[in-house]
Amino acid sequence: MKAKSVDRIMTGVIVGIGFLIIALLAALLGYLLIRGVGHISWHFLTSAPESIRSGGGIGPQLFNSLFLLVLTMIITVPLGLGAGIYMSEYAKQNRLTAFIRLIVEVLSSFPSIVVGLFGLLVIVNRFGLGLSLMSGALALTVFNLPLMVRITEQALRAVPREQKEAGLALGLSRWRTITTVMLPISLPAIVTGTILAAGRVFGEAAALLFTAGMSSPRLDFSDWNPLHHTSPLNPFRPAETLAVHIWKVNSEGLAPDAAQIAAGASAVLVITVLLFNLGARWLGRALYRKLTAGR
Amino acid sequence: MIIETKQLQLYYGKFQALKDVDLTIPEKSITAFIGPSGCGKSTLLRTLNRMNDTIPGVRIEGEVVIQDRNIYDGETEVEFLRKRVGMVFQQPNPFPKTIYDNVAYGPRLHGTTKKSELDAIVEKSLRSASLWHEVKDVLKKSAWSLSGGQQQRLCIARALAVEPDILLMDESTSALDPISTTKIEELTRELKKSYTIVMVTHNMHQAARISDRTVFFLNGEVVESADTEQLFRAPRDQRTEDYISGRFG
Repeated sequence: MKAKSVDRIMTGVIVGIGFLIIALLAALLGYLLIRGVGHISWHFLTSAPESIRSGGGIGPQLFNSLFLLVLTMIITVPLGLGAGIYMSEYAKQNRLTAFIRLIVEVLSSFPSIVVGLFGLLVIVNRFGLGLSLMSGALALTVFNLPLMVRITEQALRAVPREQKEAGLALGLSRWRTITTVMLPISLPAIVTGTILAAGRVFGEAAALLFTAGMSSPRLDFSDWNPLHHTSPLNPFRPAETLAVHIWKVNSEGLAPDAAQIAAGASAVLVITVLLFNLGARWLGRALYRKLTAGR
Repeated sequence: MIIETKQLQLYYGKFQALKDVDLTIPEKSITAFIGPSGCGKSTLLRTLNRMNDTIPGVRIEGEVVIQDRNIYDGETEVEFLRKRVGMVFQQPNPFPKTIYDNVAYGPRLHGTTKKSELDAIVEKSLRSASLWHEVKDVLKKSAWSLSGGQQQRLCIARALAVEPDILLMDESTSALDPISTTKIEELTRELKKSYTIVMVTHNMHQAARISDRTVFFLNGEVVESADTEQLFRAPRDQRTEDYISGRFG
């Protein structure tokens, strides 16, 4: 066969695979959205779920998901930034750090159900935090932190060497060079990565079944004192998240409209994650433009 | 003599990049390092402000004495050293900030916070780098909107703003067009009235045009170090003659 026709055939195959993947994705998204969007209403988004009657909503679950996300990020971002800066700028490149890097990779690809069981045994029982938002946030940290470390490390490594040297050559300490020259330049990449990691938190269910629990106490949305038992802001209360709720309603829901609720909740979840991703891209680009103004 | 190296050896791992370098560099003059690629001229330049510290596996023996102090004595603070020994790189590397902030950057982080003082430093430094008239109305624009030659002069201004005594230039015109190069050369000649300048250049003609002293390197060794005019007119070493007459490199 002539090189030209081989080239044409292979190009066709690759384009075909590309279209297949897009079609699969579009079908999946379309299916979820078409089934669910009809069920989404203001009432659905804000009211509490019903266990036996129909007409329940996902209000507390949606709130729990967002709150858990914030809690997880409060723990993950500072730790991840610190570790990422250390790995990229201070750690010696030797066998030990290569080993740490490998562990970090393994940790982030751990099956989430295993992380959930670990959380149940260690965080919930041993540390006595109980089924709570805090336990859930710590469990999610287990596989979100490695991601954050890697994002930070790679973003810092991508800073041009000339920029780093320019800072050092002015007589700045290494730390000042990192905080005032390198971090601003790598910020867009770090922000984008962080938001993508956050999207993963939002969709996680398995690790939360045993750590944050499958139920929510009656929440009093007029009580914002985090120390009160029924306050939505109390981090030590059990909290069923949206993803967990979908799983529960689907597998053991008794309400007559369980299927619609699951479909609606799935659509909300997908839309939220999509918004996260789009937001990440937009914010990353906006930050980049702001930091390199005039170009 | 403001800079003196004594029996300086530098190793990258097992490879010896500088061998027995003994040099003296006089104050308020331009000294040019020339030689073929990989001869160690940039490496030597980067030992003068200890930029090689950032490269893993570098080992240095011998002394580099700057203003009567061995900078490798283990007590010299590298931040303080680099404040006195400024550096301009091969590629213009302004920060992605405004023109003003690029120049004010060093003084700010070294503790100058008053706006009036910073304004004065920025203007003085930009004037010294003969860039003031071109940018005085656009100080708040991004430094990356300038042309390559302007960016390089901005980098010079940025280095001057922390008031060094010595300015190292690492092939600072090799990425620029001929007109920008001429401007930087003129500027360099002007700057030597107040600063000691050490430059690495690939371009022998540039060394001949603007430097007072020239040092020729080959394979990590100093072959010849002399007044520029003498080195180019009557080199003592055969290898120097071969190089400047274009027989290799």
